[in-house]
Amino acid sequence: MVDQPYSTVLQQREAATMGMFVFLGTEIMLFGGMFAVALGLRLTHPREFVDSSMQLHVWIGAINTAVLLTSSAAVALAVHAVRARQFRATSVLFVIAAVLGVVFLGIKAFEYATEYREGLLLPPVGVQRLFMDLYLVSTGLHALHVTVGAGLLAAVAAFAPQRATLVENTGLFWHLVDAIWVFLYPVLYLAR
Amino acid sequence: MEQARKRLATVWLALLALLALTVAGSFTVTGAASAVVSFGVAAAKVALIFWFFMQLRTEKGLIRVFAVGAIAWLAILLTLVTIDKVTR
Amino acid sequence: MTDVPINKRADPNDIRDRGLSETPEERASYLRAGHTLRSWFLTTDHKRIALLYLVSVTFFFFVGGIAAALIRIDLLTPEGDLLSNEGYNRAFTLHGVIMVWFFLIPSIPNTFGNFLIPLMIGAKDLAFPRLNLLSWYIYVIGGLCTLFVLVAGGVDTGWTFYTPLSSMFAHGQVVMAATAVFIVGFSSILTGLNFIVTIHKLRCPGMTWGRLPLFVWSHYATSLILVLATPVLSITLALIAAERLFGVGVFDPKLGGDPLLYQHLFWFYSHPAVYIMVLPGLGVVSELVTAAARKRVFGYWFVAGSSLAIAAVGFLVWGHHMFVAGQSMYASAVFSFLSLVVAVPSAVKVYNWTATLYKGQIAIDPPFLFAASFIGLFVFGGLTGLVLAMLAVDMHVHDTYFVIAHFHYIMVGGTVSAYFGALHFWWPKMFGRTYPMVWGRIMALLIYLGFNLTFFPQFILGYLGMPRRYHVYPPEWQVWNVLSSTGASILGIAYLLPFVYLLWSLRYGPPASANPWGAAGLEWTVPSPPPKENFVETPVVDYPAYNYPMEMEEGARG
Repeated sequence: MVDQPYSTVLQQREAATMGMFVFLGTEIMLFGGMFAVALGLRLTHPREFVDSSMQLHVWIGAINTAVLLTSSAAVALAVHAVRARQFRATSVLFVIAAVLGVVFLGIKAFEYATEYREGLLLPPVGVQRLFMDLYLVSTGLHALHVTVGAGLLAAVAAFAPQRATLVENTGLFWHLVDAIWVFLYPVLYLAR
Repeated sequence: MEQARKRLATVWLALLALLALTVAGSFTVTGAASAVVSFGVAAAKVALIFWFFMQLRTEKGLIRVFAVGAIAWLAILLTLVTIDKVTR
Repeated sequence: MTDVPINKRADPNDIRDRGLSETPEERASYLRAGHTLRSWFLTTDHKRIALLYLVSVTFFFFVGGIAAALIRIDLLTPEGDLLSNEGYNRAFTLHGVIMVWFFLIPSIPNTFGNFLIPLMIGAKDLAFPRLNLLSWYIYVIGGLCTLFVLVAGGVDTGWTFYTPLSSMFAHGQVVMAATAVFIVGFSSILTGLNFIVTIHKLRCPGMTWGRLPLFVWSHYATSLILVLATPVLSITLALIAAERLFGVGVFDPKLGGDPLLYQHLFWFYSHPAVYIMVLPGLGVVSELVTAAARKRVFGYWFVAGSSLAIAAVGFLVWGHHMFVAGQSMYASAVFSFLSLVVAVPSAVKVYNWTATLYKGQIAIDPPFLFAASFIGLFVFGGLTGLVLAMLAVDMHVHDTYFVIAHFHYIMVGGTVSAYFGALHFWWPKMFGRTYPMVWGRIMALLIYLGFNLTFFPQFILGYLGMPRRYHVYPPEWQVWNVLSSTGASILGIAYLLPFVYLLWSLRYGPPASANPWGAAGLEWTVPSPPPKENFVETPVVDYPAYNYPMEMEEGARG
């Protein structure tokens, strides 16, 4: 059970958890760059930023937030289940979370399509264009993370629901993807 | 066991309530107050996610420091960019 | 160092006599644990991965060096006669990109850090051995992208990729170059992550934080920067690529974007990256100084803490790159003050090294000569850094050769000296062979002389007003440029020397004992070269770091 450089299972588990949190720190800094861009844009053009933000679909964003929060709750329950050695429940809950992730992506795609129809997505000039660029890059980067995360959840559910450390670390990643959306939502949709 | 599941369910409901609060806030307050509400709620939500969902409540102090360390560093970036932006 | 005769060749009449071509230690070492290519390219042994890095990093050092040679040859005359304007821009851009991301940043951490951290803390490997191998492959992919850029016509933005030049005006392979740096960034992140977890979780029994070698402390600080700063560079480069490819205009002033924001994001990474480059060097010098003086380091906690202080304060100073770029003058004042603060922990280190050497019985071996050059050049580079941190003075010398000279004193005088110092100090440990001391001393002296001749004239040039990145200049500056290019040729020859005598030592060098320098530290308790699993038995430490015998107090006798 214990791999090469470790002497105990506990040591190995602690190392894996710590490594995951360090990795999540790098993700926070990655999105942090986008948050800095958003901050800079808002400080330079406060009024236009709010105007552009109000054009976005607050309710679609809210529904998507609820979807991600719910899937995060499922993952938390899955981690709970794996610790109780209920591997079937772990699998099922991970699949639910992954499906909710796909639902999130579907809603996001619908939202992009709606915005495109309304001519909102690629306005020709000015700060609104800038805002929508910011919106596209940051939600796109986030959607990429959701895609990867959902894939990981599905893979772990299918092949390794009994590997507690793997389940926990996949869960941590998914929670962070959720937490980033929790901040992206007010930054982009709720500027007033 | 059962208690732990109940706790997670409560946190989930609290998160949805906070979501409702922040959406409601976006229709009622504007300007600086709006920023305080929306980012205050977001911070509260993330705190719940980190503490309960990511199990920081049972982790050791060091892991907790690692979990929030990057946020402190991000604060440096945002603060110093703001100093330049607002006084330029 | 050892009493084994040099050049003991195998007796050709005795088929069982293998001479010195393979010592018993070597036969049992990581070097002989598997001879296939597969055993190297799919290894998870941190020592083998360190050697993979050693080879690849050395390769890029010479590619970057060739670009530097072109620059220096072109600058011999006031007219730009060797390279076209475009060609000159491409030469210094590639020199910068390759030297920063493909040599300096991975140089000491990924070779010596990789090799030594597990040995120094009594571990069998890094925390995530497969991740470590992945990190090398990512580095190689990034390197191949850079070579593609080189072949496909290069890039002319300077290593800083400033907008709007890079996003709107530059022609070359900007996107590909940004991709290369983006990719190699993940290699840095994985290495930093691995080091942090290793140092936290894999210290052997008794190896408390207060007993860690200072090399490990400085790598811990370096890893924190790698992990916290690199992702910001990744997203920034991605935005540059998005701007060029799709017209995403967050830095485009035409749309209301802010080109200065690019500089903020870039320097939020790149200034701490300077400390990524120099902190491992500081760690190496702490080891070399204590080993040369055979004394405990003076003020252990101050030296260890100063590494962390440099890492932390290093994140607060980036705005000094933007003093003349249109940043608010209030922000500039804040950044100027904070930049002066970094000098304090750096000075703490220098004072403690000199205090360590004081009354030590110093061995004038090559590692010490490199350490001594490091200290001298680092002090000079650091003090001129203070000059540049002063808001008013910087207005005069910003973007001149004064800046070039300053950061080369830190990066080349400092880091590259430390790199070669580390190579000469740990070479016997890595390969089990010693090299001729006299050649090591000659190389150290040549580097010191060549370096100063190359870069000191650039301080004068910069003070006289010669801007960086120009290859045409008024004829009255030619004398300084010729001096600089002469120094560069000496430096170039000096860098080639180790190829001869270190490679020679691999076959003909006398075998090294486990501890040829009489140094303290766990890595010297294992055979040279170390066995595959590092330690046969997990070591237990019950003594402080640098456990050298206390010296006799001469003064006590009156």
